[in-house]
Amino acid sequence: MSIEIAGLTRRYAEVAALDAVDLSIRDGEFIALLGPSGSGKTTLLRALAGLEFPDAGSLHVHGRDLARVPARERGIGFVFQHYALFRHMTVFENVAFGLRIRPRRDRPGGAEITARVQRLLELVQIPELARRYPDQISGGQRQRVALARALAIEPRLLLLDEPFGALDAKVRKELRVWLRQLHDRLGITSIFVTHDQDEALDLADRVAVMRAGRVVQFDTPETLLARPADAHVAGFLGEAVRLPCTLADGQARFAALPPLAVETSLPDGPALAFLRPVDLAAEPAGGDAPGNATVVSARHDGRGLRLTVLLEGTVLDATPAAGWAAPARGEPCRVRPLAARLFPA
Amino acid sequence: MNPAIGEPRWLRWLLCLLALAVLGVVMLLPLAAVFTEALRRGLPPALAALADPDALAAVRLTLLVAAVAVPVNTLGGIAAAWAIAKFEFRGKRLLVTLIDLPFSVSPVISGLVWVLLFGAQGWFGPWLQARGIEIVFALPGLVLATIFVTFPFVARTLIPLMQAQGRAEEEAAATLGASGWQIFRRVTLPNIRWALLSGVLLCNARAMGEFGAVSVVSGHVRGETNTMPLHVEILYNEYQFVGAFAVAALLALLALVTLGAKALLERLGGRRLAGA
Repeated sequence: MSIEIAGLTRRYAEVAALDAVDLSIRDGEFIALLGPSGSGKTTLLRALAGLEFPDAGSLHVHGRDLARVPARERGIGFVFQHYALFRHMTVFENVAFGLRIRPRRDRPGGAEITARVQRLLELVQIPELARRYPDQISGGQRQRVALARALAIEPRLLLLDEPFGALDAKVRKELRVWLRQLHDRLGITSIFVTHDQDEALDLADRVAVMRAGRVVQFDTPETLLARPADAHVAGFLGEAVRLPCTLADGQARFAALPPLAVETSLPDGPALAFLRPVDLAAEPAGGDAPGNATVVSARHDGRGLRLTVLLEGTVLDATPAAGWAAPARGEPCRVRPLAARLFPA
Repeated sequence: MNPAIGEPRWLRWLLCLLALAVLGVVMLLPLAAVFTEALRRGLPPALAALADPDALAAVRLTLLVAAVAVPVNTLGGIAAAWAIAKFEFRGKRLLVTLIDLPFSVSPVISGLVWVLLFGAQGWFGPWLQARGIEIVFALPGLVLATIFVTFPFVARTLIPLMQAQGRAEEEAAATLGASGWQIFRRVTLPNIRWALLSGVLLCNARAMGEFGAVSVVSGHVRGETNTMPLHVEILYNEYQFVGAFAVAALLALLALVTLGAKALLERLGGRRLAGA
């Protein structure tokens, strides 16, 4: 289902939780709403579900204006951050709920409900838990129940509020991959809220970066990383460090780093540079390479050697030169920039 | 019990003994006295006292008042707790304070307000008299006074539970297509049923036992407006000790049965929640 959001605004007292949000989502897309807490992403999700009513703006799902339609008439699936499973019902009854409460003429028969719930539990890979109660299963399993329950009403749109927020790291990774596969299989337009950029960039077709009730940028993960719309997005995405610099003669000049040749449309003068770890090369100091930083820590993770250095009071991650096998803590080193993204100061 | 807190053993024993002693002196001893006095001359006189028409009328009236007051307060208590726990509105604090009012006001006042409102010299007295409607010194007055005194029990037991449970399950039910009534019947009510039962039983125990407020509005017409507690007092003042204590014992028995039912239900509910 395609979704058109225009000028959506929601105020609490004086604060605008949503400030004229525009968003256009295509049928079958998997969308992430990414932002720090208080950026309005959950409010936007709740407004889509009908749990929150906007003060202004329109909200069309497949051409129908839903802004004033109550939640129960929207047919939109919602997976709550803490699952909100019905604690007094078994897993089976939780999933069956949306079918059992239908008016008699739309309600499937008992055998039909049993069959459909069974199919859904198999879809989320927990058929053996049907008779358990929510307090008898793990967090990851509850998440699957919540998803099956939302899918039972055959929603045109699936909304997920911090779907992995309450899970430990390992379960989170597994569920992430599985959820993306499930989406690709079912093809339901889905929107999830997260404050974790890895999650958003890994999972979503497009990511809406939010700040202070506004969507600052809405793009594919590749575009977001390659061409962030402003300094805020650049700072929020990736592990970039922000350094002030001065532009002059096609060069960016830093306080503590060697100058970097840049091509930019920005005027000469002060600017902000964002440098990712891969944009900063570090090598041991010595000889013709005087040190400008010291090693804070060096550790191996799955992807290779991670180096953290202290550069004139700023702690930043850099990429060690090939062949520098074992940087020692406190060792002087030389850091130089290879590339940077520039924004007006 | 807990070695981490580290009280010496003798202190724990002392505290337990102290608690048991207080319990024994102020709770068990009087209760035992009631039953002993009732049966002082054996069972037959006690039963005969209970079979007295006035005593039977008092029992009937007490059960009738409770049968009206408890359902009214159950519905009112659920409504108040639901509003306070699940919605934000102006005057919420005031409402919470008002719910406690019957606990903080003297029972005599709780009875007197009805006399002031509906008595012969009360605000609505002449109007009611002209139409031949009796409220004070009649059944409606007894019911009103009992409702007032026992209102907090259900609301008070439900509010903390419903606040702790939050709104998420109700919201989930709404997104799944449930109407307001379906949400209440299938989600809210099952989640509060054990606390609700416990509140209702406490409310019932108090409704049957209330003396002060009921005494003010009753008028003490024997066989007509005397509830069991009032009947006990009348008998006692007339030196009919066996009769007084027999009725008192029956009243105490009703309270004990109520408490027993509450404990049993809580155990059943606890077992289900533990998921045996």
